[in-house]
Amino acid sequence: MQLIKPDTNFDFVGKRTIALVISLVLLAVGIISLISKGGPDYGIDFAGGTLVQVRFTDTTNASDIKKALDGLEIGSMVVQQFGDDENEFMIRMEKTSAELKGLSIEVQETLATTYGADKVDVRRTEMVGPQVGSDLRMKGIKAIVYAMLGILVYISWRFEFRFAVGAIVALIHDVAITIGVFSLFGKEIDLPIIAAFLAIIGYSLNDTIIVYDRIRENLGRYNKESFSFIVNRSINDTLSRTMLTSGTTLLVVLALFVLGGGVIHNFAFAMLIGVLIGTYSSIFVASPILIYWEQRKLKKS
Amino acid sequence: MSDQTDALLREKDIIFKRIERRQKDRLVVIVYDSAAGAQVDSLMAENFPNLEGETLPVTGGYIEKHYRLSEQEAVNIADFAVRQALETMRNRVDEFGVSEPTLQRQSDNRILIQLPGIKDPERAISLIGKTARLEFKMVAETVNVAEAQKGNLPPGTQLLFERNTSSNGVVTETPIVVYSKTSLTGDLLEDANVRIDTRYNEPYVSIDFNSVGGKRFEQLTAANVGKRMAIVLDDSVYSAPVIRERISGGSAQISGSFTSQEATDLAIVLRAGSLPAPVRILENRTVGPSLGHDSISKGIKSVIVGGLLVVSAMIIYYSLSGLVAVIALSLNVLFIGAMLSLFGATLTLPGIAGIVLTVGMAVDANVLIFERIREELRLGKAPKVAVDLGYSKAFMTIIDANLTTLLAALVLFQFGTGPVKGFAVTLSIGIVASLFTAIFVSRVVFDFFLNRRQVRRLSI
Repeated sequence: MQLIKPDTNFDFVGKRTIALVISLVLLAVGIISLISKGGPDYGIDFAGGTLVQVRFTDTTNASDIKKALDGLEIGSMVVQQFGDDENEFMIRMEKTSAELKGLSIEVQETLATTYGADKVDVRRTEMVGPQVGSDLRMKGIKAIVYAMLGILVYISWRFEFRFAVGAIVALIHDVAITIGVFSLFGKEIDLPIIAAFLAIIGYSLNDTIIVYDRIRENLGRYNKESFSFIVNRSINDTLSRTMLTSGTTLLVVLALFVLGGGVIHNFAFAMLIGVLIGTYSSIFVASPILIYWEQRKLKKS
Repeated sequence: MSDQTDALLREKDIIFKRIERRQKDRLVVIVYDSAAGAQVDSLMAENFPNLEGETLPVTGGYIEKHYRLSEQEAVNIADFAVRQALETMRNRVDEFGVSEPTLQRQSDNRILIQLPGIKDPERAISLIGKTARLEFKMVAETVNVAEAQKGNLPPGTQLLFERNTSSNGVVTETPIVVYSKTSLTGDLLEDANVRIDTRYNEPYVSIDFNSVGGKRFEQLTAANVGKRMAIVLDDSVYSAPVIRERISGGSAQISGSFTSQEATDLAIVLRAGSLPAPVRILENRTVGPSLGHDSISKGIKSVIVGGLLVVSAMIIYYSLSGLVAVIALSLNVLFIGAMLSLFGATLTLPGIAGIVLTVGMAVDANVLIFERIREELRLGKAPKVAVDLGYSKAFMTIIDANLTTLLAALVLFQFGTGPVKGFAVTLSIGIVASLFTAIFVSRVVFDFFLNRRQVRRLSI
């Protein structure tokens, strides 16, 4: 079976201005959302706080749970339904406690006295102190920055410096848009999401490198043609592979998104956006940057 | 420290005004003249060689001598304290009985403990985190407790509380003033066990001192017959019995209306030794058994479904050659599983996510190769030649693409924590495994068929 015929020749390069507009609009929407919400929505991993995930046997609702916990003087708290089960809730508090008897245990005991000990199933508790939270945030940012630096060096060595710049711009583009979409949908950024960002970086990079590799090869083959022709030819040459690999990756990520359950839902969501954007960016961002670079060089000389 | 200095100075008959602790890290000795000052200096240098001394100018007829640890020494002590804490916690976890615990020292002063499969995390935390500093202090009977509660404490004494649980479960706290000087500590313990008091049918903890501790306990009790001695654990008084007679034999008991679990835990922590300093909980994550089970089974289900989807896509797209890719993919997953169990890594949710991603990306190498083979076939090459060229042309592309992803995964492993690390591990293993299976294993399968018979048409 073949989805893309061998003689396919879409004019991707010609559409690069439209692509630029689309990318800028997506970025702008994300940035506006981020500004209006005062920065990304950090989960407790990065903001610090306490989280308790509880499943109740009886029907209850968020405001009842809040009322039950009133006596604890927790301060600001968010209670929301979580996952597939109607009576499963996530209670998130800003407060943390460094004592041996943590806040989550107090919450658990209070709920047990209100609802009955056998009607409350505490499925997960997490407490991250503010110090650890900011440490983790620094580590997450460091991980992303170092990964990008390493990539820059590797691609400059294997290809040329301009290829490295194109790849990095595409990566920043992908992660920035994913962060924007997260902010738009009001989803929190926590540790697994950072893992997802890095997976997106890895994936998008993989995609970009394959197109670049073909450009490098075609530069030798069609030495009479213009640079933009070669870029367009290379994108078309690899299109069949791009579609198939993106397709299979999307299939598994979709399986994860639909069947993976509550805890992994956000991770799969980030991956879903990332794979789509990553595929788009290697065709419409990473490759056109090489052309812009080439044009600027021609103008100068 | 201040107690030891006090004893030393008195032993040598050096006249001094007083000894006090200041600003957390300073020990100050105040003397009347420089002769005494010199004596103090030489004495301190002899007994505490790691202290740095400093003499303040004479004010009002007194000389203040300041002593504190050098910075390097303070770092060494802090390092030693964390190592000792780790050791003690390991002992406690061992006594608690957890099947596969991990205890790791993280950055300089943090310890990470993972206890899979425990039923009562709350109890485990209090058991591991309890400082368990056991001290015996004499009760200062002459001090007015009411005055002390207002803050008027005579120097050298401190206010503590005795906790009592009455039979109907009401907890009361009685203030009690003791001398700050510690007469004896739990460091000299040899063993601690739970016993049942036959009169009240209440559990208590019996402790046995080692020979040094036993001797000191005997001296202490002999010198203080008729007085009360407080048994203090982590700054709260468990009991303060009157010493009726000299106690020899080196054993004592701690009672204090315990439940039997409290008594058991106390015996465990006393046996395992005290922590050198109190701990603070910085991060605590607990996954209940129901969720752990749910999410793992859901994760595995999505891996299987995703895998099947990929398998059918590959076979539909590349027919028989797709099947070769599927063999490579199955080997890949098997390989990841084997490596994970080799490293003794537990399968976590992000780990599963890493596998899912690898499954999606692992076929990429084969897709690249197959597309190249198709191109060569279109140019009219014979199947065997096309396969050869396909593999050799795709090789560098695959290496470049995978190495960059591996680079990202390794950085992730280096800087990531917890779940991110797990994800990085499976992803790295997956990339290496897919390089092997896609380039080598699938090639072997192709060669096997192409060499055995004359293949005219390649099913790709």
